[in-house]
Amino acid sequence: MAITYTSGEQVEVYRFSLPATILIPLAAIFLQAWLPRQWHFFSIFDLPLLVTISFAMARRSQMAGLFTGALIGLFQDALTAGPIGLYGIAKTVVGFGASSLGIKIDAENAGARLLLTLVFFVVHEVVYFTVGRGLVSLPMQWSWSHELWSAVANALLGIALYTLLDRLKQRA
Amino acid sequence: MESVLGRYRNLIVLVGVLFLQVLGLAMQVRRDTETDSSRLIRVWAVTAVAPLEKALVWVQTSSGNLWHNYFYLRGVRAENRELRQQIERMRIEQVRMSQDADQARRLQALLGFKEQFISQTRAAQVIGASGSEQSRAIYIDKGEDAGIKTDMAVITAEGVVGKILRVYGSTSQVLLISDQSSGVGAILEKSRLQGILRGTPSGEVGLEKVMGDEQVPVGEMVLTSGGDRIFPKGLTLGRVMTVTPGNDLFLNIRVKPTANLSKLEEVLVVTKIDEKQATPDQTVSMRAADILAERLPSVPPPKVPDSANGTGSTPAQAPAGSEIKPGQFKPKTMLPGQVGTRPAPAAQKLPTTGLTAGHSDSSARAGSTTVPVTRKPAPATVREEPSASGSSATKASPEPSKPSEAQPQQSPQDNPQ
Repeated sequence: MAITYTSGEQVEVYRFSLPATILIPLAAIFLQAWLPRQWHFFSIFDLPLLVTISFAMARRSQMAGLFTGALIGLFQDALTAGPIGLYGIAKTVVGFGASSLGIKIDAENAGARLLLTLVFFVVHEVVYFTVGRGLVSLPMQWSWSHELWSAVANALLGIALYTLLDRLKQRA
Repeated sequence: MESVLGRYRNLIVLVGVLFLQVLGLAMQVRRDTETDSSRLIRVWAVTAVAPLEKALVWVQTSSGNLWHNYFYLRGVRAENRELRQQIERMRIEQVRMSQDADQARRLQALLGFKEQFISQTRAAQVIGASGSEQSRAIYIDKGEDAGIKTDMAVITAEGVVGKILRVYGSTSQVLLISDQSSGVGAILEKSRLQGILRGTPSGEVGLEKVMGDEQVPVGEMVLTSGGDRIFPKGLTLGRVMTVTPGNDLFLNIRVKPTANLSKLEEVLVVTKIDEKQATPDQTVSMRAADILAERLPSVPPPKVPDSANGTGSTPAQAPAGSEIKPGQFKPKTMLPGQVGTRPAPAAQKLPTTGLTAGHSDSSARAGSTTVPVTRKPAPATVREEPSASGSSATKASPEPSKPSEAQPQQSPQDNPQ
């Protein structure tokens, strides 16, 4: 589990093709809406979040990271029954954070990715919960055990997903 | 200054984007109705995702149908036989229930009740979910073009699913009863306690606003009360799972929805609810005295009184031909429950609705003065029915005024029909 601290010049910067940039987040949002209907347990996963983290860490650009996160989050919000902006704000923060860390560290190995996804999942949930309770007054309940189990499950799924997405990224 | 802006450019953009989203959220929370911008985002998202979902559901359903309807037909013959037997059993049950329903309708007509009927439904297929643990909503493949409107009830054969929250061109969003922002007017089937069925953040369903001193048995059915003006009265919502004292004055009641909300495939959208007054059967128009006369073998058929000589032969009078001398006639004293030939005056005022030709009514058949008129307080003008079904029908009524025994009973002619 080596997280190597490298300078901005040493880390690789990647980009995704335009079809991949549009279709991958759309597919993630679609699967997130469709799979829980087939398998109810799937609702603990957050595929759009994993895509946000993956894109942000690969591109290593804070601007790209925050805008990718904001768009994916707003799109995800639009499918829920609640107000638009909750996922948007949470994923903007995660996109910015992941890209900021992506500049500093080389997170190409599985261990580093597992740890980062764990941390960013919890950050995402904390921001979502804070905005939901504080701003919209949603009657939400926080459960550490549930959040940690979800974080572990998402991190494990994230490793598999990042490996798939690695094949689509191109060196900038 | 420029260097500072350039140095913190990303951070400033981050704060700006977050600020815009917070502003958007605040506007949505403040306004009751949806803003055009948020509506537009929703339309885009649904338009992008719904066709894919529809296509996948179609492929899945078609392949499933192909397999189940053409290839996998093992045990169909036995199942068919079993279902036929079940139909026979249900037919018998239906006869019994239709009699109960007739009786309930007569009582409702007597009280001037207005019934709600689900007169039109639209079948729809579930194509997707919100994909969030915090928002329990589903998408169906019928929208504005199928006549779907917001706040229409969505049900299955098992029970209530939710209500239409947003309508798009060919899809609609359904808010499930397990969502924390959902609320359904509910009533407990036997104890008739009313409350509000709400979803919890964990996805469970609870019945709120039931006072802590009430007795709620586990396993009791929870039905819609009709008070929310969205769900018609009497639809099944769920069954009481646990009852614990709450922190405040109310009970903490957990309810298990009868509809399987996590495995919904097809649903019915209630597109039209009719409200009309219950119409009683034709027998209602008969006079109670006529019906009693049919039932009581000891009561002679009514004769038209001879107005000319004034000798209408009512049972109270002496038989024709016999001469009664002054001081010799002693009216027979009738004890309660004793069979006599004289119909009680109260029987003349019996409501027509509670009595039908051929209806088994032992006390009425006895022809005594103890016909069930004022034995115990009854709701409004409804007399106590000896049958269990009658009592359940009166229970379903929304607490009409209960006259005391001393109060005069209303004659059938006085009842508003």
